[in-house]
Amino acid sequence: MQFLRKQFPVMLAFVMGMTMFIREFVPAKFSERLYYGFTNWAIVITGFAAVFAILSLLHHHMNKVRRRAQGYGYSVITILAFIQMIILGLVFSVEPRTPAGWEYQWMFVPMQATMFATLAFFIASAAFRAFRARTWEALALLIAGLIVMIGRVPIGEYISTHLGTFADWIMNNPNMAGFRGIVLGVALAQVAIAVRIIFGIERTYMGGGD
Amino acid sequence: MGYLLKGHKPMRNLIRLATLIIILACLCSLPAIGQETGAEVPDKPAAAGEPGDAEEAGPEALEDADIVIGMEPAGEEEASAVEVPLPSQVTVGDLPNDDGTAVYLTWDAFPQETSDVTYTVYLAESRDGPWFEAVSFPANEEYMEEYGHYFPGFFWFQKARHPKSRHVVIVEDVRIGEFNRTGEEIMLPEPVGFTIEPNVGPKNEDGEPIEPGVIDELTGEEVVSQKFVEVEPRKVGTMFLKLTSTVNGETATYPEILEVGARQNWFDTGRLNVLIFAVLFGATVLYFIARARRDPDLFIRKISGLDAVDEAIGRATEMGKPILYLNGMSSLADLPTLAALNILGRVARRVANYESKLTVPCRDPIVLTVAQEIVKAGYADAGRPDAYNADDIFFLTEDQFSYAAAVCGIMMRDKPAANFFMGYYYAESLILAETGASTGAIQIAGTDAPTQLPFFVTTCDYTLIGEELYAASAYLSREPLVLGSLKGQDMAKVFMMFMIVVGTLLMTFGVNFVKDLFKALG
Repeated sequence: MQFLRKQFPVMLAFVMGMTMFIREFVPAKFSERLYYGFTNWAIVITGFAAVFAILSLLHHHMNKVRRRAQGYGYSVITILAFIQMIILGLVFSVEPRTPAGWEYQWMFVPMQATMFATLAFFIASAAFRAFRARTWEALALLIAGLIVMIGRVPIGEYISTHLGTFADWIMNNPNMAGFRGIVLGVALAQVAIAVRIIFGIERTYMGGGD
Repeated sequence: MGYLLKGHKPMRNLIRLATLIIILACLCSLPAIGQETGAEVPDKPAAAGEPGDAEEAGPEALEDADIVIGMEPAGEEEASAVEVPLPSQVTVGDLPNDDGTAVYLTWDAFPQETSDVTYTVYLAESRDGPWFEAVSFPANEEYMEEYGHYFPGFFWFQKARHPKSRHVVIVEDVRIGEFNRTGEEIMLPEPVGFTIEPNVGPKNEDGEPIEPGVIDELTGEEVVSQKFVEVEPRKVGTMFLKLTSTVNGETATYPEILEVGARQNWFDTGRLNVLIFAVLFGATVLYFIARARRDPDLFIRKISGLDAVDEAIGRATEMGKPILYLNGMSSLADLPTLAALNILGRVARRVANYESKLTVPCRDPIVLTVAQEIVKAGYADAGRPDAYNADDIFFLTEDQFSYAAAVCGIMMRDKPAANFFMGYYYAESLILAETGASTGAIQIAGTDAPTQLPFFVTTCDYTLIGEELYAASAYLSREPLVLGSLKGQDMAKVFMMFMIVVGTLLMTFGVNFVKDLFKALG
């Protein structure tokens, strides 16, 4: 049992990690089939895990209802919505012009769009906070941000024809330099953590710590 | 940058290594320089019916793999008869570094070609046909210069072999007009694999296959068929090619039928540099991990965001409020999620010690099961297995904005004292972090998504930027072995910085090989 919980996952991680690493350099059809084979395995595993996930969701909300926890009314709505969607989907299918399809089209999609739309208000409030020039760094951020924002809208061209060019320069030079520095560091860090996981040095992800 | 640079002298070795690389690179680039100054690829005339010679020669050297039809440019008499330019010095060969489904065809470009001339390549399984049009393009396009990455030969020093004076086309062994096993016509061969779109049954006015009777409620039009079928891959064998050029409806056909076999390759030579750097970097990391076993006293610079973890957990404990931990929006197959789960393990242990409540809403079912195991183990390691509640680590939804809405709801109702946003995030990052900030929680974020970093920096108290997310687990654990890997990572960064400086200087003086040194050609 200890072998299955500790050693076997590490061995599996090593074999699979090295296989996928070598596969990156093999253009033959075998390599592609191997990749899609593993991807299909992942889909199958996700299918099984989805069952546990749904059970987890229902268990969590039923517990809240049972305990009459704060906001348990939302849990009641979640459970009812879940059950009615399953029934409608099983009885009428989920195609357009069916009750489930109608709910998806005219309830779920607009609610999603609403959440996305709230982003505009959050950006405004976050920008207000970020652009308070309390320090020299914040002042530099404020000036750069204003130039880029004004340079990217038509009114910027009316103010000065150079504003757009300057905004592009900020985005393509200082901004890109910082961006690439972060990406370079991330790439090296990812290789390092991959080495740690493949060779079993980092095992926290398995649970049970080190 | 610079986690572990105390007490060592890495620069001397790095300078030696870089000097060695520069010398080797200069030596290797000599043949390419020779070709740039006029050395020609030797022609190897061969009979059109001997494709096996080219296949056995291997893909590494382009000219070795070619079957060259020793054809001179059209004579004046022939040219005046057809009044169109006839392709000359036509060569065919197996496309290197591919999965054996494609061949290439090259021929000399005429001086000052225009779009008036159209080249067309036809493909057949046998010398007698039937022939299918494989590719057609204007004569002022498709030069070898643009396709150099298909023919990397050995590394990056072969670019000089691919001038603009020759045309090249890649011909794949899948063609329009072919029928699959179910009798459906192949319309759009995918570049990889053999999944194709069938084109049978009713079509709309754009020629797209539609589902009869099914109307899209939004557009009011019949639904376009999205059905895909998988086709058994054809056994790749010998392909026959014909090349024509056309001007104003007059067509000249290259007199030879070209015969070539496509062969799959087992090593992508264009990615040899990637392999070398990956192995060297991996070996460096392993070396410093082994060294850390002998000398566990390693220095690591202070990371404020991680020092604040204890503060955040302590604050939540004092206030009697829960701690909210998010693992990001990506799946377990992505490294940011693994890094986030590693940190979760450390956080769970500390939360168990403080006897606080840890809430982990998950977006991915597999991440959920792993997160439950990690938190459970963290509580057990802290000697508090009884405090673990599986119901605190639960699944919400896989939908991006539904997940954001649900987490915002949790923040507003439960008012957690500390929020952790670790892993990879998309547009929902600001919705989450701004809602958390409005509840007054102490917020610590860590992501390697550069586009979302500004939002976290603006709205969170501490942000782990990029690589710090991956260093967090080592930082929190303080284990010498894991810290050793950070030192290897730092050495690689010093090397990269050195190469950036050297490369900038060399490119300033017109030596460009350093740029190609780090480019994957495959």
